[in-house]
Amino acid sequence: MATPTERLENWDEFEIGAVLKSFDENGNYSRDHSKTYKVADWRVEKPVFNRDICIDCDMCWVACPDSCFIVEEVVNKRGKKQANIVGIDYDHCKGCAVCVEVCPTPIKSLLMFPEFEDNNNALANWPKKEKKDK
Amino acid sequence: MAEKYELKTKEVWDGNTAASHALRQAQVDVVAAYPITPSTPIVQNYSSYLADGYVDGEFVMVESEHSAMSACVGASAAGGRVATATSSQGYALMVEVLYQASGMRLPIVMTVVNRALASPLNIHGDHGDLYLGRDAGWIHLIANNPQEAYDMTLCAFKIAEDEDVRLPVTTNQDGFLVSHTAQIVEPLDDETAYKFVGDYKQKNPMLDFDHPVTYGAQTEEEWHFEHKARQHKALMDSPKVIEKVFAEFKELTGREYKLVESHNMEDAEVAIVAMGSNYETAKIAADEARKAGIKAGVVCPRSFRPFPIKEMAETLKNVKAIAALDRNCPMGTIGALHNEVAGAINAFGQNAIITGYIYGLGGRDTTVAHNLEVFKDLAMNAEAGKRVTPLQKFINLRGPELSFFKVGE
Repeated sequence: MATPTERLENWDEFEIGAVLKSFDENGNYSRDHSKTYKVADWRVEKPVFNRDICIDCDMCWVACPDSCFIVEEVVNKRGKKQANIVGIDYDHCKGCAVCVEVCPTPIKSLLMFPEFEDNNNALANWPKKEKKDK
Repeated sequence: MAEKYELKTKEVWDGNTAASHALRQAQVDVVAAYPITPSTPIVQNYSSYLADGYVDGEFVMVESEHSAMSACVGASAAGGRVATATSSQGYALMVEVLYQASGMRLPIVMTVVNRALASPLNIHGDHGDLYLGRDAGWIHLIANNPQEAYDMTLCAFKIAEDEDVRLPVTTNQDGFLVSHTAQIVEPLDDETAYKFVGDYKQKNPMLDFDHPVTYGAQTEEEWHFEHKARQHKALMDSPKVIEKVFAEFKELTGREYKLVESHNMEDAEVAIVAMGSNYETAKIAADEARKAGIKAGVVCPRSFRPFPIKEMAETLKNVKAIAALDRNCPMGTIGALHNEVAGAINAFGQNAIITGYIYGLGGRDTTVAHNLEVFKDLAMNAEAGKRVTPLQKFINLRGPELSFFKVGE
């Protein structure tokens, strides 16, 4: 994943008009395509995903404007195929927090944390369900 | 296939008609425009030619000039030959998108009919809009009469679309004095004109689905400077292409254009530098001045951007006194043309006395007599060997004399 500071061409080396080509001559994703390029370096808050609470409703996957939810196909206990959210693509997530907003679980499976917070730390301190007094 | 338009070898056209026929003959694919006085007839005529089958193209009606230039940017990025026309307030509304067009290196041609900027509202000619687009990264060509409006517009496509240039171009003509003044114009026939302009050569077109591209990248502090420097170099190198296109045009038509036009400059001691219709008026005044014993000449930059710094200095190397005539109010300094000319002669170690004049704002008449007065001022400066007239004067302004930096003040 390249970042802006890793690719500083000289003034006479760019495509004119700052035009970005999606593919190289061989039909592979070019270095200008966001597939190969980190476009999240200005994020200040990040969503952290808690697999233990997630119910796989996929609302975050639908709502994410940058398609940053990594999914894998699994077979559920009823024998049907299902998309399983496994994590967040931090190379493209801008930290907009839309996923947190749409997450429907009583305790959110997605919460925003400062960019510098360690994910394991964040998960260890996740809010707990309050026990009701009987 | 578009119908052939029957033309005589000599037509009586105003500047607008001339420019619109050039757009028709170049077979522009897309014209997106929001008509505004005095350039309205250009796009109005174009849409008539289109409706009557003389052009294969699209006319896009939009809700503002900002949208007009935006649609032009989209159509040009998509891979078509694109043109539009505007004036004054419309030009002002386009300015943001003018920078987008040049930054994306899109060879759009815009026929500008120069008109004053409000307020107060005024529909007549001055160079307020031309100066507004000065730093927008476009090539600005100057046409001083309807024939030149036609010629420059045809040349503009060839210059803009050259693979070494790929920059948008405006062709400028004075509102009403050129745009609505009918003169004899010698057009090319449709086939010859199109052959001169040539088929449109696409570069990174968005409609090439096998090679998808993104236009409108964001480049922050890591890249923006490099992109802008490259764009500037394309403009600085463009005179070579402009001269090449002018040479081809001369071969075809016999009409010769140069980066710097001049009249009576071989032995001139004093010179007026002006753009637009007043160049023609000043030529008559120079001939009159010579009868009165003043060795007068007139100079006009054919391209305002790129500014022909070296050629301007070369043309003025033997004169003793220069007047730069700006048809725009510089609002707090000397005129832009004055600045350019002073910079050019200074850069090449020349030390002619230079003064500036503000004239013709909002369509105010500037006659042969007014230009003669300027030549008389210049003759005084030349004879004294130093500046004895004010640095900045106003021509044909009512009321007590308004001037700045009088000698001895």
